[in-house]
Amino acid sequence: MTAQMIARPVEAPGATRASAEIARRALRKYFRTPGLFAMGLVQASLFLFCFRYVFGGAVTTGARSYVYYLVPGYVATIVLFTGGGIAVAVADDRAQGFTDRLLSLPVPRRALVIGRAIADASTNAWSICATVAFGFLFGFRLEGGAQAALAALGLCLVYGVVFTFVFMVMGLVAPNVQAAQGMSMIAFVFAFISSTYVPVDSMPGWLQAFARYQPVTPMVDAVRAALIGSSSDVGLALVWSALLIGIFGPIAVLRYRYA
Amino acid sequence: MTLTTPVTSGGPPGTEPGTALIEARDLTVRFGKVTALDGLDLVAPPGEVLAILGPNGAGKTTFVRTIATLVAPTSGTLAVRGHDVVCHPLAVRRQIGLAGQYAAVEPTMTGRENLVMTARLFGHPGPDADRAASVVIDQLGLEEVADRRCGTYSGGQRRRLDLGAGLVGAPRLLLLDEPTTGLDPAGRGEVWGAVRALVAAGTDVVLTTHYLDEANELADHVVVIDHGKTVASGALGDIKAGIGQDVIEVAVADPARLEQVGQILVRVTSRPPRLDRSGRRARASTTEGASDLGAVIQGLSDAAIAVDEIGLRRPTLDEVFLAVTGAGTGAGAGAGTGAGTGAGK
Repeated sequence: MTAQMIARPVEAPGATRASAEIARRALRKYFRTPGLFAMGLVQASLFLFCFRYVFGGAVTTGARSYVYYLVPGYVATIVLFTGGGIAVAVADDRAQGFTDRLLSLPVPRRALVIGRAIADASTNAWSICATVAFGFLFGFRLEGGAQAALAALGLCLVYGVVFTFVFMVMGLVAPNVQAAQGMSMIAFVFAFISSTYVPVDSMPGWLQAFARYQPVTPMVDAVRAALIGSSSDVGLALVWSALLIGIFGPIAVLRYRYA
Repeated sequence: MTLTTPVTSGGPPGTEPGTALIEARDLTVRFGKVTALDGLDLVAPPGEVLAILGPNGAGKTTFVRTIATLVAPTSGTLAVRGHDVVCHPLAVRRQIGLAGQYAAVEPTMTGRENLVMTARLFGHPGPDADRAASVVIDQLGLEEVADRRCGTYSGGQRRRLDLGAGLVGAPRLLLLDEPTTGLDPAGRGEVWGAVRALVAAGTDVVLTTHYLDEANELADHVVVIDHGKTVASGALGDIKAGIGQDVIEVAVADPARLEQVGQILVRVTSRPPRLDRSGRRARASTTEGASDLGAVIQGLSDAAIAVDEIGLRRPTLDEVFLAVTGAGTGAGAGAGTGAGTGAGK
């Protein structure tokens, strides 16, 4: 043993530095766990493939190929499929005692939430790009130009943050990892009963009411609109996003503060 | 006879009230209907290793989590080096390092990456964090595995890393919640060695354990808690002395004659002996140490019982533990038996 001493830190870390550190750890875990990032890609490609070539033929979306309907919908809602991993990761950190370690450190509680959101926004951007690449393979083309594509990407990233907070809260309230996994399944209801894969008009009337007014439909419609360079439909999606972040973000921070 | 040493606010002479390492006053923690801590009083002076002993479910872990600001007291007060855990949680967090019951490290990161991350989260700027990690790696003998992902570590290595994560912020107080639970003897030895080195270097340590030998090995000051209350507190020797009785222990060559030895012990000491069949040992408390020992030897010789070993000794912590928590407690008896082999050495 050496006689070297560690000096005591002068002050506790600020929210920015702490968030960056927490994001870094979440990203390392993601990219170093093949099951997390590789399986995400496999899942995305299989899903797109099945919808494009198996179900797609039976869906009527106007004159254009179904792939132009499918790809914007899928990239807009991709977090609803990968988000189970967020809920599970958060619940697992609690179960393993990793959350206790973080909470015993002089770290601002909001950094735990912001750091996680930064990490998930990054993995989400990666999933979106990979999915669009698969979309190209299946016949999708960006026709609205770079600006339209960037606007659509921006919206998808915002949705990613929105649903990250929702899934984080699931992981924080679930009694165990399995329960977190189970709770995250509710996302499928919102993903499927929406305009993501089929036009809402094709659903029975009683279901249309839910499909039309739940948050995912305006979000998906906004991405489709952005991709063709129309911004007219974006407002409602942004309002929903702000509302959901405003509700679930603070709940997540409070759950950590009084965990 | 009461074994509970009255807890006074001062600690040892020279320690002012309020600068105690830990000061709990009527500390109560409830989770719904479950009362985990039930009016716990405890004052631990700085500069000593405090072991919190108790059966499973006694409230040890809850107490450590309350010190670590992970659980808020329902009522009562708790101060760590004078900082109240409710009013000044950030100040408390800056004083402590926690190594939990579970190895709370990130398995996909290397040992060094884990330590650097934790150091930064303690507030060390980048280069300082790297340096702190290196010092801790050196200190805990993790050089060879530091740059491997810690998912590949042995149990003992992983616990040491967990300990290191508690240390990189140079805490004044290291909290160890059952630091060796689930480790094999070699792993326990590794962790004990590391803790001793830290204590020698001046870190205050509070540890919980249900291994009595662990408290014996590491602690200066022992608090026994049961059902969320302090049932005994004091220096290890004082608690043992508080029992006021020595123990006569006899190991027989032929296990079939253990009952007979038991009868001799009852006759001499007038106390129920404890018989350990697998260890071929019988023991009984005695207030008349030497003369009772002579009488027992005489009795054994009259009955022509071959003896491997016989002796008079101070009670082990197992025996103290059973005495203060009450042998009727299922968990207490279980912990006593479980640790018996370890403490018998």
